[in-house]
This record gives sequence, C-alpha cells and structure tokens, in this order.
Amino acid sequence: MDLAHGPEHQTFAAEVEAFLDAHRHRWPPAVGATREQVVAWQKTLIANGYAARTIAKVYGGYGAEPDSLKSRIIAEAFTRAEAPGGLAGQGISMLVPTLLEVGTEAQKQHLVAPTLSGEMVWCQGYSEPGAGSDLASLRTHAVEDGDDFLINGQKIWTSTAKQADMIFCLVRTEPQAPKHAGISYLIFSMKTPGIEVRPLKTMTGAAEFNEVFFTDVRVPRTQIVGARGEGWRVANTTLKHERGMLGDPNAAESRLAAIMSMMKTETVGGERLIDNPVLLDRLMRLQAQVLAMKFNGLRLITSQLAGEAPGLAALVVKLQGCELNHQLAALAIDVLGELGALYDNSPHLRDHGAWQQRYMFDLGLIIGGGTAQIQKNIISERGLGMPREPRTVEG
Amino acid sequence: MDFALSQDQRLMQASVAGTLDRACPLERVRAFADSREPLAVDVWGALAKLGVQGLLIPEEYGGLGLSLLDAALAAETLGAHVTPAPFLASAVLAPLALIGSGSSAQQSAWLPRLAAGEVTAGAALAEGVSGGRDEAGVRAAKGTLTGRSLFALDCVGAALLVVADTMGQLWLVAGDAPGLSVVPLVTIDLTRRVCELRLDGAPAEPLVAGDPAATLTRLRDAAWTLLAADMLGAGGVMVDKAVAYAKERRQFGRLIGSFQAVKHLCAEMAAELEPCRALVWYAAYAQDYVRAEASLTAAHAKAHLSEVSRFVARTATEVHGGMGITDRLGLHYWFKRVGLDRQLFGGPERVRRLAAIVQGLAAA
Repeated sequence: MDLAHGPEHQTFAAEVEAFLDAHRHRWPPAVGATREQVVAWQKTLIANGYAARTIAKVYGGYGAEPDSLKSRIIAEAFTRAEAPGGLAGQGISMLVPTLLEVGTEAQKQHLVAPTLSGEMVWCQGYSEPGAGSDLASLRTHAVEDGDDFLINGQKIWTSTAKQADMIFCLVRTEPQAPKHAGISYLIFSMKTPGIEVRPLKTMTGAAEFNEVFFTDVRVPRTQIVGARGEGWRVANTTLKHERGMLGDPNAAESRLAAIMSMMKTETVGGERLIDNPVLLDRLMRLQAQVLAMKFNGLRLITSQLAGEAPGLAALVVKLQGCELNHQLAALAIDVLGELGALYDNSPHLRDHGAWQQRYMFDLGLIIGGGTAQIQKNIISERGLGMPREPRTVEG
Repeated sequence: MDFALSQDQRLMQASVAGTLDRACPLERVRAFADSREPLAVDVWGALAKLGVQGLLIPEEYGGLGLSLLDAALAAETLGAHVTPAPFLASAVLAPLALIGSGSSAQQSAWLPRLAAGEVTAGAALAEGVSGGRDEAGVRAAKGTLTGRSLFALDCVGAALLVVADTMGQLWLVAGDAPGLSVVPLVTIDLTRRVCELRLDGAPAEPLVAGDPAATLTRLRDAAWTLLAADMLGAGGVMVDKAVAYAKERRQFGRLIGSFQAVKHLCAEMAAELEPCRALVWYAAYAQDYVRAEASLTAAHAKAHLSEVSRFVARTATEVHGGMGITDRLGLHYWFKRVGLDRQLFGGPERVRRLAAIVQGLAAA
C-alpha cells in the first residue's frame, strides 16, 4: 500500500488543474448547451488527452498508453472543479470499444472519430418487450432481400433514440439456429425509412427512454459488425463495457457531500438537520459504504494496472454501487421531510427536485444493465463458483 | 499509487494462516472454549515463532517494527481461525501504549518480553472509549488506582495491564499488584477472555511521555481497526463455509446451491463483505500514513464491519439450514466472535456518533 502519487502523477494532476483553469471560458453551460458547444469542448478535451484518452490517434483519439490512475486523476480533477467532463454516451462507451475490438478497418475509420467527437450520436437497440434479462430471446428479425437486410420488430428502453444519428442493434438473422447463435449486430442510420421512435415516459414524468419500431427497414448487408450469427458474442463485448459504467463510486461521493452540506444548512423548526441524531446516524452509515466503494475502486485500479483478474471486487460494483446511490437519494428525500416530496417547479423546491428524480430514475438503474437479481447470479456463479440454475427445455 | 498488499504482506498472512491451520483447528478452539485455561499456550507459542507478538514493536526491542496494516492482516487471519489468543491487548494495545507514552525505562522493561511472547499484557480501556457501565470507572490517587473497569481484554494471567482512568490518563499495573483482582466475565464468545478489573489502591505507573491524550486516541482507533479486521476474517470464513455447504448439500434432487434463493443469499454476503476488505486496508494504512483520516476511517471500518458481519453471520447460518444452529457444526464460534467484536469499544451506533464528532458534524 502506498497511496501517495509518484512525481509523474503529481505533475499530471497539476497539468489537469491548470488546463481546466485556463479553459474555463470554453466550458459549455451545465444547462442548455448547444450541440456545437458540446462538440467543440469534446474536441478540446480529446486534443489535450482528457477524453478518448487511450484510443489511437488514427481513429480520432488521443493515443496515450492506458493508465487507469491517470484516468482517475482526470475524473477527480473535473469533479473537484465542477467542470463538464468528456461525453459518455452509449456510442462512446459501448460501440467504440466494440468496433475497436471486432469491427472492420473501414468501420473503425468511418465511425470511431465522429462518434468520439460527439458529431455522431448513437443509441442502443438491444432490449425488447419480450427480451429483457433474457436478451438472447429477442425477436426483431432481419431477412435478406437482395443486397439488403429487411428489418421488422420493436426495441424498448432506447435512451437517446430521439437525438441519435445511428443505432447499433441486435436482430435475429438465423431463425433456425439456437437462440444465442441466431443473432447479428447491425449498425444503421436512424433516418432510414420505416423507423418510428415513440417516447417512453417513466415515473419521473420525463421520457428518458423510447420505444423504436421497425417496419420493413432496409439496411445494406455490409452494415454488420462481426459475421452473421455472431451478434451475441459481439454484444457481449459491449455489455462488458456497460457494466463497468454503472455503479461508479464518484457519483456516490458527490451525492454524499451534497447531502452533508444540505444537512448543515437546512433547518426544521430552527433545528439543523445534522443535529437530528437519527438522520446523522443514517448519514454516517452511508458514509462508511461510500468509503468502502471508493477504496474498492482504488483497489480495482491497482489490480488493473498489475494486470490481475479483479474477481469479486469488480463483480459486486454494479449491484452495490447502484443500490448505494439509490439509498443516498432516499436519505436526501428523508432529511428534507415534507420539502422532500416537492417536485416539478413547485415553490420551496430544493435542488430542482433532483433527489426525487434520482430516487425514481435510479431504481431503473438497479433494474437496467442487468437486474440486481441477474447481478446476484453473476456474483454467485462467476465469483463464488456456484452451480447454474438448471435450464428449462424452452430456455 | 499502489492499493494492494505487498508480496511480504501476502506471505506473512499466508504463513500465519498456515500456522493456525496446524496449531489451531476447530477442535483446539473447542478445547479452549470448554476449559478455563487463561491462555492457549501452544497456539501463542506457534504464533511467537512467526513474530506475531512483536509485529508492531520496534526492532531495537526485538520486534518486527511493522505497520498497523500488517497487524490488521494478522488480526484478519486470527479472526478467520477464531483463534484464542490475546493478540489485541498484548500485541497491539499494550505495545502502542508503551511506544506512544512509555518512558524509555518502561519500554525497555516490557517491550522485549512482549515481543518474545514471554509475557502477555491486558488492556482495560472500555470506560475511556465506550463509556462507563454499572458505575464502573477507575480513579487515580497518589500513584494508585481504585475502582472497576469492565470489558478488560486478556487480563487473566497477564503480567502487565494497561489501564485508562476516568480522566483519560493511561497507567501500567503489574499483573500481581496488591489490591488488584481480575474477575472473569462470561461473554457469548468463549474464544477470548474478557474480565472485570477491580482495583483497590493498586500501585500503578503513569504513561506520560509524548502526548498521552493522542496515545489514548491512537489506542482506540487501533482497536476499532483491528476489531474490524477480525470481523472481516471471521465474515470471510462464514461466506466460504456457506458456499461450500451449498455446493454439497442436496435437496429436491439438486444441490441447494443451484437454487437462486440460496445463491442470492451467498451473493449478497459476498457483495456486502468484499468492499469491506478495501475499507479495512485503508483504515489500517491510515493509522500510520494518513493521520488526518485515521479516526474517521477506523470508526467507519469498525461500525460498518459490525453491520456487515452480523448480516453475514445470520445469513451463513441460514444457508446451513438446521445444522447451522448446532454446536456440532461449530459455525457459532464465528457467529459469536463477530457478536463480541461488534460491542467491544462501542457498538456501531456509538462509533458512528464518534465518526460524526471527529469530522465536526456533531459536538463531543
């Protein structure tokens, strides 16, 4: 154990801070930024190595050697400065790593750079009404028609479908094959005729997701990643990247800090919330968990740098991290009491209603990206070596 | 940055574990629990061969001069083996008291003998940390101590006792001092000896070097950290035992470990416990190298491991079904070990209150 940064990393941290300071006037505004502002900032970040850091220059990245500690230093500096960080949509975090791993050279050349810069926005077409946790049972199908695929079916939980230029999509191309072997991974424009996007309003009141309907959508057969029937394997490359994103301990740490400062300033009947021993105890319980997940994250960085298999410490992050974020939102609501129930644009609203919004939206994160129950299967099977549930005939 | 154990630390932990596998199997733990022997001399002797008693004692006094993280790793392994050994008082609290506030004469008199495992030391600090109960409290007058201290650790048969009085001053009392009597308390955990000290004008030497108040804080934080490590070790074994049992026990024609109802209990235990490992490492490291965070992280490690290990203890017992609650299976030794750890030096609610105080969120 040696938690001090060496000279190289100390210098690096100072560089990041100096960069943020010098470019403060170019930060896109937190609310209402235009796409041009966002893209310009993203390009600046890439040029300086604070986004797309380890992706090769030829594909539009910065081309640095992977160093997860430097990545963490960047993330921490941006959080401290409250600076807008690099884009992290599904195109960047999921499609790009997948293309880099299994895409053709032409796909990498044409798609990676504009995706990284934010000029090409993607959405993910995986889940279907009948294919959630059992994703491989998906039924949206594509049949060959000349040089094209003809796609019919429906996707759900498609965030950013409204803004997206492109979609990466799982479709069944080999209906006779076993379910995992009959899937292909297609990429195509959201402007293709026959695509209809319908917003899916959730309990937060906003439509964070969409449903996407395909009616005779015609896509050239070359728009495939990997070979026909290999889509499941290709998608798993992508899902691996998604799991790493959810349950990030940085979010929990900033939430805890926000709740702590709220409890110090808000009063009920003249009494500061922090002086309520029951609420203080809940805050302390969660602080311990936030610290545990933070240190677990540091441990993972070290094992990644050493090239060791991270094991259980990594497998538990999604389950524990999402649950922790949800509990933090619950505490924030409870410390606010009646004010915690206010929403929308009510008078006396605190933090723009963010805590109720997060409490509801985060329940979706506990369910999405592999439900808590699926996570527990993964932890027990891969982490603890326990046997699988016997398969039923149809499954 | 390197957030991992060193090669030496891994080797040390493995050698302590190997020694305890041989010297302290469950039968030995049972024999200790069922007897009145004050010290498992054979187990203590086996640990002395590895230098466990002198982990924290400087090399000039015959110890290994290692850090609190090393001691925490030993404590984790001792907890995993539900080891009957006076490690916390004799190898951690007494040496830290002497190192922090002992005169050089006091250090020379005791540290070499403690390091060699020739004598053991006890510690009576409860009133100074977790508050007096049943009107306990020790008062000093003219170099003598009078009063009672409850939940004193490892005092039976100890040659030296470290005692905190009600003013927070630390004292050394010889194990055979006149006016001292040691009354055993019976806790659920029979792997450790807890007692009540009764002092009636017992002669004592003050520990006044350096900053005695800081020394007492350091003892408290070290105790919290090592109790957390003990719970981490005990908790880890309970998860392993539950998983192993679920992989061999068959019902309804299947291994019970293939039922999600059982798998998910095991996954929940692992998911709660695994991040605790990093928390304990950090808290232990902070005791020596991040002093500003030492009290806060020690408190959180203690309180959080208390909660998680209680959850693990009951869940691992449930996974074992009816056998889980039998004496024959022996899982209860781990169950009770964490049950005592939870309360020593303050239960989680009290420790969390102190966690709030040390960061200025509440008044002392």
